[in-house]
Amino acid sequence: MTVMEQRGAYRPTPPPAWQPRTDPAPLLPDAEPYRVLGTKAADRADPELLRALYARLVHGRRYNAQATALTKQGRLAVYPSSTGQEACEVAAALVLQEQDWLFPSYRDTLAVVARGVDPVQALTLLRGDWHTGYDPYEHRVAPLSTPLATQLPHAVGLAHAARLKGDDVVALAMVGDGGTSEGDFHEALNFAAVWQAPVVFLVQNNGFAISVPLAKQTAAPSLAHKAVGYGMPGRLVDGNDAAAVHEVLSDAVRHARAGGGPTLVEAITYRVDAHTNADDATRYRGEAEVETWRAHDPVELLERELTERGLLDEDGIRAAREDAETMAADLRARMNQDPVLDPMDLFAHVYAEPTPQLREQQEQLRAELEAEAESEGTHR
Amino acid sequence: MTTVAVRPATMAQALTRALRDAMAADPAVHVMGEDVGTLGGVFRVTDGLAKEFGEDRCTDTPLAEAGILGTAVGMAMYGLRPVVEMQFDAFAYPAFEQLVSHVARMRNRTRGAMPLPLTIRVPYGGGIGGVEHHSDSSEAYYMATPGLHVVTPATVADAYGLLRAAIASDDPVVFLEPKRLYWSKDAWNPEEPTPVEPIGRAVVRRSGRSATLITYGPSVVVCLEAAEAARAEGWDLEVVDLRSLVPFDDETVCASVRRTGRAVVVHESGSFGGPGGEIAARVTERCFHHLEAPVLRVAGFDVPYPPPMLERHHLPGVDRILDAVGRLQWEAES
Repeated sequence: MTVMEQRGAYRPTPPPAWQPRTDPAPLLPDAEPYRVLGTKAADRADPELLRALYARLVHGRRYNAQATALTKQGRLAVYPSSTGQEACEVAAALVLQEQDWLFPSYRDTLAVVARGVDPVQALTLLRGDWHTGYDPYEHRVAPLSTPLATQLPHAVGLAHAARLKGDDVVALAMVGDGGTSEGDFHEALNFAAVWQAPVVFLVQNNGFAISVPLAKQTAAPSLAHKAVGYGMPGRLVDGNDAAAVHEVLSDAVRHARAGGGPTLVEAITYRVDAHTNADDATRYRGEAEVETWRAHDPVELLERELTERGLLDEDGIRAAREDAETMAADLRARMNQDPVLDPMDLFAHVYAEPTPQLREQQEQLRAELEAEAESEGTHR
Repeated sequence: MTTVAVRPATMAQALTRALRDAMAADPAVHVMGEDVGTLGGVFRVTDGLAKEFGEDRCTDTPLAEAGILGTAVGMAMYGLRPVVEMQFDAFAYPAFEQLVSHVARMRNRTRGAMPLPLTIRVPYGGGIGGVEHHSDSSEAYYMATPGLHVVTPATVADAYGLLRAAIASDDPVVFLEPKRLYWSKDAWNPEEPTPVEPIGRAVVRRSGRSATLITYGPSVVVCLEAAEAARAEGWDLEVVDLRSLVPFDDETVCASVRRTGRAVVVHESGSFGGPGGEIAARVTERCFHHLEAPVLRVAGFDVPYPPPMLERHHLPGVDRILDAVGRLQWEAES
């Protein structure tokens, strides 16, 4: 049959190998951030959980204030405050079981503390006497990650390894809105979904990556929508509503634990303080905007809910604040002590065994220290 | 009298055998990378591993080098011993941040609490007619990153022994595999594999009295060839195969140079900012009074790796090496 004879018999067909992979509808986030406080959902919230969350939020608020004060006294080199984001920080730690892992970024020392790490150890990085001040295996908290989103693939790998070993472990990884632009965010979510790794990704969308607002960061409908492209559910939650964040994260952790794979949670919150004590937020945002968020403060939201429901009275509030003051006083006292430094530690943990080259440099530093000590002796 | 026939084996086969033996010896060893499972790797180094150990132990990952290395970090955190394959030297660059910011310094950041026993296999170097981005010598980048070991074999036996040592190491090892030696053959008995030598020892491949050629990886065979050719000129060249760039075996290198009094460093990597500068400086600092001439470098040119039809002009060959040897101030001898 010639081509001309075939005319009229041509029927276009779809590409042979194509088939739909996943129905996107169940993966889509809600149209609005999920809320509990001030809604009907609060009726079925566990009063004990709400009270526990409240105590932790008051504690967290005070911790942020104390750490910021320590920068002014020269006791911390820098502090990226999570004031206004305490609901996310606290809930992220509380939804995990003992055997689970937390993967924090540099703004998440509060979550690290809420997980049980000693505050002084959590702040070691920011004091500057070492990089990671705690043993990650003690509370199953990975080192605070400064390069954005680079800790996310670690969470995926760890959760994947645990699953391969048959262990019941979920990893919760924290990242900010700016971090979602990084390649590692994409690669981590993709690997997690392909491997169905038990991971929960918590994005705290606090409005700014230092000075750059979200509009310059992404054109996605929401950050939670990004989940759909990877084939995992995306959830949108009011990040200042501690009960809502706790519920959404708990659901995601349960889903991961049951073998359902990863979830991406976007918590809408706001960085009330500047990026760090070294930043000047007035250069990129107005006070009016900050005020609208102060009116939606996570501590106040929960306090009002609890008092209106008769679950908290003046004594309860005072007790929570006193407890926080005790923590702050202890933190202040311990941070006011000079850390003991041994310069020879520089060489202690580069390799399991120092290389011959490092041994030589070790000797060089030792000689320099001895000379320094000698000359100090002479000058005295 | 040995009863087992020693048959020629390729470097690729020895590497496969090393991976297989390591996986059999330790269930924590996991191989992961692009095409390493069903296909057995583009160079077939992981051939048969997925079949023997299952896809959970030899895993085809998504195509993303930072993701591969980043997830391997997490796996190592949980007690596994991942062996990562980067498909080609120049494809490993996306993983650089993970390598520099985490792999190399996790032990240090955590005061030794969280070592990362990771092996990163990187096929490297040119001479295989590869098009753009398939022939880089990236060792200088790795050498400049504290916390990594950088190792490269030049023989079939070393390929086995050094890879076993790398996988057994509690520190991260960048294991550079000279692509053009993958199919080089040597008499090697896989039933009685070479004992695993500690990382950090150089070896004298050829003894000589006139001058020392200090080299590694793909350039070792070229140097041995040059040493043979040099006999016609009356030079008896010693060839030192470094095997490990980090840690560096100053002892073996300097012992050789003190004997011969002359040294040439040979590698494919460019000379400016390349390993040869560091090696020449170390030798000069330690052996100055034994040197009859400045330490010279024979290297690739400081150009982006050339297209395949031009690469023979770029790669250091016998003539370029002999030319350098000729410039070692022999006239002072007479």
